[in-house]
Amino acid sequence: MTTKYSAISLLREGLRGQSGWSKAWRSPKPGAAYDVVIIGAGGHGLATAYYLARNHGITNVAVIEKGWLGGGNTGRNTTVIRSNYYYPESSALYGLSVKLYEGLSKELNYNVMFSQRGMLVLAHSEPEMEMAARNVNAMQLNGADAILMDAADVRKKAPLLNYSKDARFPIHGAVWQGSAGTGRHDAVAWGYARAASALGVDIIQNCEVTEFIREAGRITGVETTLGPIRAGAVGAAVAGHSSVLARLAGFKLPITSYSLQAFVTEAMKPVIDTVAFSPAYGTYFSQSDKGGLVIGGGLDRVPSYGQKGNLPVQEAVLAGLVEMAPVLAKVKLLRHWAGIVDVTPDSSPVIGPSGIEGLYVNCGWGTGGFKAIPAGGYLFAHLLANGTHHEISRPFDIDRFVTGRLIDEGAASGIAH
Amino acid sequence: MSGTRLSSGGLIDRARRIDFNFDGRSMHGFGGDTLASALLANGTGIVGRSFKYHRPRGVWGGWFDEPNAIFSVRTPKGSLPNVLGTTTALAPGMDIRSVNAWPNAGFDVKGGLDLFSPWLKAGFYYKTFMKPDWHLFEPMIRRMAGLGTLEPDMVEGYTADQVHAQCDLLVVGGGAAGLAAAEAAARQGKTVWLVEDHDTLGGGLYRMGDRIEGLQPTDWVAARKAAIEDAGGRILTHTTAFGVFDHRLYGLARQSAVDVAPTLYRLRAKECLLASGAIDRPVTFGNNDLPGIMSLEAGLEYLGRYGVRVGNAIAIAANHAQAASAAARLSEAGAKVSLFDPAKGDLAASGRRGVKALRQGKRAEAVDCVLASAGWTPVLHLWRHAGGKLRWDEALATFLPAEAPAGMRAIGAANGTFDLDQALAEARAFAMGEPYSQATTRFTLTPTLPKPGAKGRQWIDFQHDVTLKDIELAERENYVSVEHLKRYTTLSMASDQGKTSNIPGLAAMAALTGKTIPEVGTTTFRPPFVPVPLALYHGHHGGQNFRPLKRLALENVHRSSGAALGEYGGWLRPAWYGDRPGPEAAQSEARMVRDAGGILDASPLGKIEVMGPDAEAFVNFVYYNTMKTLKPGFLRYGFLLTERGVIFDDGVVFRMGPNRFVISSSSSHAEGVTGMLESWRQDGNDPDRIFVHDTTNHWSTVTVTGPKARDVTRSLGLDVDLSADAFPHMTFRETVWRDVALRIARVSFTGEVSFEISVPASSAKALWTALADAGRPLGVRPMGIEALSILRAEKGFIIIGKDTDGETMPHDLGFTLPRTKKPTTFVGDRGLHTDAANDPDRRQLVGLSAIGDTPLPTGAHLIDGTDRRSFGIVTSSYMSPNVNRPIALGLVERGTQRMGETVTLFHLGQTYQATLTSPVAFDREGARIHA
Amino acid sequence: MQVLPCPFCGPRSEGEFHFAAETGKTRPDTTRDVSAEKWAAYLFDQTNEKGVTREIWIHLPCAEVFVMSRDSVTMDVLGTETLRKLPT
Repeated sequence: MTTKYSAISLLREGLRGQSGWSKAWRSPKPGAAYDVVIIGAGGHGLATAYYLARNHGITNVAVIEKGWLGGGNTGRNTTVIRSNYYYPESSALYGLSVKLYEGLSKELNYNVMFSQRGMLVLAHSEPEMEMAARNVNAMQLNGADAILMDAADVRKKAPLLNYSKDARFPIHGAVWQGSAGTGRHDAVAWGYARAASALGVDIIQNCEVTEFIREAGRITGVETTLGPIRAGAVGAAVAGHSSVLARLAGFKLPITSYSLQAFVTEAMKPVIDTVAFSPAYGTYFSQSDKGGLVIGGGLDRVPSYGQKGNLPVQEAVLAGLVEMAPVLAKVKLLRHWAGIVDVTPDSSPVIGPSGIEGLYVNCGWGTGGFKAIPAGGYLFAHLLANGTHHEISRPFDIDRFVTGRLIDEGAASGIAH
Repeated sequence: MSGTRLSSGGLIDRARRIDFNFDGRSMHGFGGDTLASALLANGTGIVGRSFKYHRPRGVWGGWFDEPNAIFSVRTPKGSLPNVLGTTTALAPGMDIRSVNAWPNAGFDVKGGLDLFSPWLKAGFYYKTFMKPDWHLFEPMIRRMAGLGTLEPDMVEGYTADQVHAQCDLLVVGGGAAGLAAAEAAARQGKTVWLVEDHDTLGGGLYRMGDRIEGLQPTDWVAARKAAIEDAGGRILTHTTAFGVFDHRLYGLARQSAVDVAPTLYRLRAKECLLASGAIDRPVTFGNNDLPGIMSLEAGLEYLGRYGVRVGNAIAIAANHAQAASAAARLSEAGAKVSLFDPAKGDLAASGRRGVKALRQGKRAEAVDCVLASAGWTPVLHLWRHAGGKLRWDEALATFLPAEAPAGMRAIGAANGTFDLDQALAEARAFAMGEPYSQATTRFTLTPTLPKPGAKGRQWIDFQHDVTLKDIELAERENYVSVEHLKRYTTLSMASDQGKTSNIPGLAAMAALTGKTIPEVGTTTFRPPFVPVPLALYHGHHGGQNFRPLKRLALENVHRSSGAALGEYGGWLRPAWYGDRPGPEAAQSEARMVRDAGGILDASPLGKIEVMGPDAEAFVNFVYYNTMKTLKPGFLRYGFLLTERGVIFDDGVVFRMGPNRFVISSSSSHAEGVTGMLESWRQDGNDPDRIFVHDTTNHWSTVTVTGPKARDVTRSLGLDVDLSADAFPHMTFRETVWRDVALRIARVSFTGEVSFEISVPASSAKALWTALADAGRPLGVRPMGIEALSILRAEKGFIIIGKDTDGETMPHDLGFTLPRTKKPTTFVGDRGLHTDAANDPDRRQLVGLSAIGDTPLPTGAHLIDGTDRRSFGIVTSSYMSPNVNRPIALGLVERGTQRMGETVTLFHLGQTYQATLTSPVAFDREGARIHA
Repeated sequence: MQVLPCPFCGPRSEGEFHFAAETGKTRPDTTRDVSAEKWAAYLFDQTNEKGVTREIWIHLPCAEVFVMSRDSVTMDVLGTETLRKLPT
């Protein structure tokens, strides 16, 4: 059996009809008890299991998944990875994630195709340029690699965009983060699953949690469609359904579920080599390695568990895209889809104890969970292993809603909400 | 492959010859041809190359199920990428190029890639390209991938119309079932829309050309069309229903020509009958991707619709009864036809640039075309969009409709009713809401599904080069759920979205894992049903119609006064006046105001009426500041907070009378403030005792400000004593001017004596003209927003959202009293006492005095010397023409306790020095405002 | 594009509406001491029901604030209630 991935093993397997590859992950039956049970085999859950095993030596771990691994938001996003954040707390969190992403393919021995092609956040007026400068300064002070570009520099990075002075929102410049980029979303889930499985983690798909097992007010396991599973600690990483699970456990979260849509066009030869985001047009896009433009925008307006997009938002996002790059009017939309995202009042995640002993939560990533997968897993594993926060996750504890210390990146741009 | 145009037959217009080029060669077709039918008629075998291995590809399908025939097309209006040849009408002068091939599809230099296919199997890229770094490999891979090239030209006039419509019944598909249903429903008096994506109605009737209900297909179709239209029904041809959205909204795209943007119909249909037909399933056999191997249905379509015989020696490889009748039809058209039943043994094709022979066991036939069908797959994409369920039918070896979505039924072939007479009966019954129990179909087949373990390569996804071996590899590596399978192998992710590959792929995985096909899964079809141009969604929302600006009543007056207009908070407003550069003009206008005065269009200031017996208590509750002590005729400045205690808006409250207030929200926030007031009014108060009404757009407001403001205002001849004693700061008067209501307030955002004068918008021009005429001899001229920004900053007055952020609370700005002393509850009261609100390190409003002559950059951060930690920001910064030095405002941790401190600022790699001061830089005593 | 019912104007396109909040929260009486936890729960905690929900919506053109029952999975609208005191 060939288990290690490399150019040489690929060459060898090519000569014998690719017949010797081992399974990417095992599909075991659930055991009776584990040190840690993680609910949700998305990127965050799988990464948590991997780091529990690798960083903390805890390998008696199960990740249980209602559907198929990586099938939630991990496999439904626009694959952007970035750390261009204003507040130091966010910068530390997403900065850790980018750093982990940079070494991830080699670490997992699975090519996650992290492509640091950079990201432009466009500014369309002089006041927006001032705000962009404020953000760039914050990012530089936070240690992130942001620079402020003028329109001429932006044009060199993305000649496809609309540089007309008569555009509804003419381009004045942009915040550029060179270390930002895109990754292959499925590969992140599969790579973590494969590495975790190899370290002894049991990934149990098609297994739904139906109830929590409690003893003396403490959660000590889960009832599932495949029977009871005992756990030293339970971690929930079920983006989109966090409130449903919280309800099962008997508490409330500061989360509303919304549908977030994404779009992909037919494949073309390369037309843009970066991620371009215009807050004014409400749209961002990049081009996948396969050649399709991957497009995203704002949330749907209606709280939803529907996992289905609605036409008004499609029109808004795609109209914005055509304004941003008018030549794309003749490009054809191939497919759109939606994920259910957890939206918190400050659009920052919640990592920490749930308030019920034995249960920990990793949720509330909103529209940006994919980019945070390595950091989310790394920090959640630390919490589950030690029972206490890593210093980077401390500010993201749910207690911030009581103390009022919200971490609202939107607020930094002067939007009160 | 040797397609031939027959001398007669088909629906094409032979009188209309159309010349075009394909890969540099001149060809011609006829009116009614698609690109694909014209190419086939010209004997073209290879129309493109596959995505991964650059294998030669011919036309497979007859319509939207085509994975291969994708072209770049140039017309006189412009160039278009990724045009599907089977559904696009041929037009004169088209220059058609194959994609993913160089120099052309027939000879492609990358064709040799196929030799490396043993190493390029499913997911190979996940296993390599990691060392030294993915970035070294990515650019090459990106250039290799992608289909067509996006040319940078804009297609002339390529803008989509967008139409809203509604109907009782939408019939999707203008084949026999759809026509029969639409006619029956229309005769019943329903408003019926029938959409058909071909240019002509009739669906599959032309394939065999058989009579229907005693008529020739064209006559029967014409009769149905006439009947539907006579009964008031509407028929849209070349229109695709591409998606079903919430609450029975159907997206229709009507495309008249490839270089004209389609029209979007957002159609709300109470009911929908899905008559979208069925497509052929490919037969999975060795080398089944060779050019010349097509779907049986396509072979018949090209004959019936376009008069094209797709081959001279044709093998039909089909597992059902239609094979024999199709053979007869093709023989009649002059082809030598041989029949193969794929259920009776493994097939294998041979050939290099096109199929040369088909073999089954020992039998081999030399052919130039293979027409394959493993049965029919109902087209149920819209069914799935709408939430309908599917069931696997073993006998027909396909998915059929199960539990129906609300308001939708499937009829005809889409419902697995493959016999014409039954389809018509079913369609008419469903259209009239009558019961119809489906008869057993006479159409039978021997299920023929992919068999793993075969030798050689058998293609499942033609465009993406997914073979049976790729699916075997995915299974070996445990990517067994349908979503893993699709994503790992890219099966059904190509531009045809799995229309041909979906069922063979699922069946192969089912066979490999010993599961049933439904256990492996069905995939969720997602809109759009076929790719549609982005222009469809954009419509006429381009340019200035994208998030349109709000316009001032006085815009034309400002333009004729030479105003430079700019966007401020969604309004188009004068930034400054005259031809000078903006900064210079702003400096000059700001000096003018303090020397003499200025006239400002302040119309966007909110004017929200709040009245009723509970108005006083209500305004007092929604405001941070105490408002119930405000007396009629007086104004008070205050803050609206969110429940978190964060400043939502600032502005001035007018008390018009005991039960009437006018809230003057900051410019551009009127809608938001009205919404907030309405929320609190209706949810938590008695809405019958309070009334809120936004009158912002009914009034125009002109502000005269500066030492000579009184002189200018006096020229209006109002019956108001304008003297400082009689009309003090923060009071207002109501009067009548030239027979219209006029409100005049003494309130100032410049620190100068100011008169804010509001009249109905229809009188705005008269007011502005009167004031401008009076001001001119006194040196008081129009001023723009840029000068106002400087003037207010000189006085330390904030702009919400610029000098505050989403964390700023009133006590950060020095407004501390209500937080501790206001006796009644108010919005945000508890939020002002959280740990964070009580934090002594909160950022507070300060002034910054730059050390040196250069203004501090807005957006600069104040930093600690040691760890470069940010402890504040510069929110506003200007050169002040009135104190003759740079001024700035900022939010700084413990700012008010740091007055006089020298601080270091960081901006884009540079550092600056400044001293913290009071925010007020000009007229600190505030004498001028009361003058 | 959903069609939502305004109790005042009737069925209208979803773009005219704004989702305000879940129902069921009462503002704590801030004339008395309100614990930080209680205030945070009032401000931030959500039931976020999967399935049938009751929510407060605003119809922007007429500014009517009302209660709508919907299914948050299927998007079916189940009913609407005005907040007005209707004459009895």
